Amino acid sequence: MINRPTVVPVADHSVLVVFAEEFNTVALSRIHALDAAIAMNPPKGLTEVVPALVNLLVRFDPFATDHAAITADVLALLDVPPTEVSGRHHTIEVCYDAPHAPDLAVVAQRTGLPLDAVIEQHLEGAYRVGMYGFAPGFAYLYGTPAAIGLPRNPTPGPSVPAGSVIIAAQQCIVTPTDMSTGWFAIGRSSAEMLLRHEERPFRFDVGDTVSFSRINAARLDDQFAQRATDTR
Amino acid sequence: MSSATLDVVRAGPLVTIQDGGRPGLMRFGVPASGPMDSFAHAAANIALERLQTSTAIEVSLGGLTVRCATGRVTVAVCGGEFHVQHNRKQFPPWSVISLEPGDELSLNAGRSGSWCYLAMLGDLRSRRWLGSASTHVRSGLGGGAVNVGDDLVLDDAMVDFALDGPIEIPVGVAGPHQLRVVLGPQLDRFAPGAVDTFLDGSYRLTSDYDRMGVRLDGPTLKLFDALAIPSSPIVRGSLQVAGDGVPTLLFADHQTTGGYPKIATVITDDAIRATQLRAGDAVGFTAIDPATAVALTRTIANERARQLTVIAKRRGPWARQLLATNLISGIYHPHADGAIS
Repeated sequence: MINRPTVVPVADHSVLVVFAEEFNTVALSRIHALDAAIAMNPPKGLTEVVPALVNLLVRFDPFATDHAAITADVLALLDVPPTEVSGRHHTIEVCYDAPHAPDLAVVAQRTGLPLDAVIEQHLEGAYRVGMYGFAPGFAYLYGTPAAIGLPRNPTPGPSVPAGSVIIAAQQCIVTPTDMSTGWFAIGRSSAEMLLRHEERPFRFDVGDTVSFSRINAARLDDQFAQRATDTR
Repeated sequence: MSSATLDVVRAGPLVTIQDGGRPGLMRFGVPASGPMDSFAHAAANIALERLQTSTAIEVSLGGLTVRCATGRVTVAVCGGEFHVQHNRKQFPPWSVISLEPGDELSLNAGRSGSWCYLAMLGDLRSRRWLGSASTHVRSGLGGGAVNVGDDLVLDDAMVDFALDGPIEIPVGVAGPHQLRVVLGPQLDRFAPGAVDTFLDGSYRLTSDYDRMGVRLDGPTLKLFDALAIPSSPIVRGSLQVAGDGVPTLLFADHQTTGGYPKIATVITDDAIRATQLRAGDAVGFTAIDPATAVALTRTIANERARQLTVIAKRRGPWARQLLATNLISGIYHPHADGAIS
């Protein structure tokens, strides 16, 4: 028997459904399953659901329902048998060659692995979109292999361009914008995370799966050149 | 249809374009943004008989001066107690004013309040992102900041002199010094006594203040451990406590998730009102239970709706007065009684 989540009220408009204290993939799966169940059977008064790593925020219209009623509605959805999770799969092409992988050597040095082994490890990971956070379009992917999962640097380093593939611990992000980060930039992709498309503005949804494939620098340059032509 | 252009002569930092915001996208890392004081923003639009979520300009303490370059347009100002000057003549902080070519309108920080709104009887041309013109300051997405030298172009601009004049300021729109909160949701991360310290303590807003939130200064709140929690959702009004034990109150452009525990969350209306407090202002917290919070919010929201209805109906007596004036004199000069009485 799996533990029932605890439900904590938030202000006058939300409840936080808590599945675990510390990150684990079982809790993450349960959060994604509940997120999908709520989307299929939205409780009365529901206005928004925000899945995170160990919990999920359910926001409601206080004129339509209240904390107690929506808590009962949400907990009832836990008993709905889980349907096949129908997240998309994405393959993201990454160039791990200089100058697109400024921190690859640091990761190799700190893990004691050869450069190619770091790349292989990253390519072998099976990633899932855990949650969004930090800023618009920052999708936190989970599945970076432990062998290359270093703790992030305590202070942010120099800025890395949009499309940088950065890793820390179990996490991996394809950055949607230029940013300064304490994570390790081990590659670069031409894939845009913000799609400039009203129907589907973000490449990933929470619960989607992601894998990476390797391309060389010439191919990456071609892709950037192609994109520049397309948007001209 | 006619258009009008307002040239930006002067604009402080954090003067931005805001409509009703883009709620519902937190799951993609996107906060709702929108006006800091959504009630004042709605009031300014309603005073012009526009949809309350129409695109307007949010003015910070840095102030804004615009000059009507072409066309004519009626505008409304609502928010904190700003100094409102039309062609160097002082107007009340909540006013409707019609601008003619060459007219200048200045909005400057006054006695109290941190934000005011300039709504316009015309459609402000602005960049939209995800269905909204609201500016998310950190990314610059949406309508964006208003800068010196910008030309604000209004399509379908109109003047309606019958709307000109002061707006009676509704009760309870100033920044409150006592904010009502529901405790949690991460109370278990705080050491014993932290909640009492928080509720008994008096805090001050610091100048570490922007559209994301404001850092408070006051009694520090002990956490069980300094380690961050797994990233959890944040809302407007969240009081998150960093490892140093200092709470930050989060506003319109807050991050959607964060690794600091939240000791409490301010209820909706108080979180909106709190945006009109300034650095140095004192603020305390009163805990209420969730059911009371919902009941209170229903009552307050009904009252706010009633206040907006009163503003919307301003036209009644004004239009009647205009009609009477017309009948008597045969001609109505809009600026004759537009100034502060």
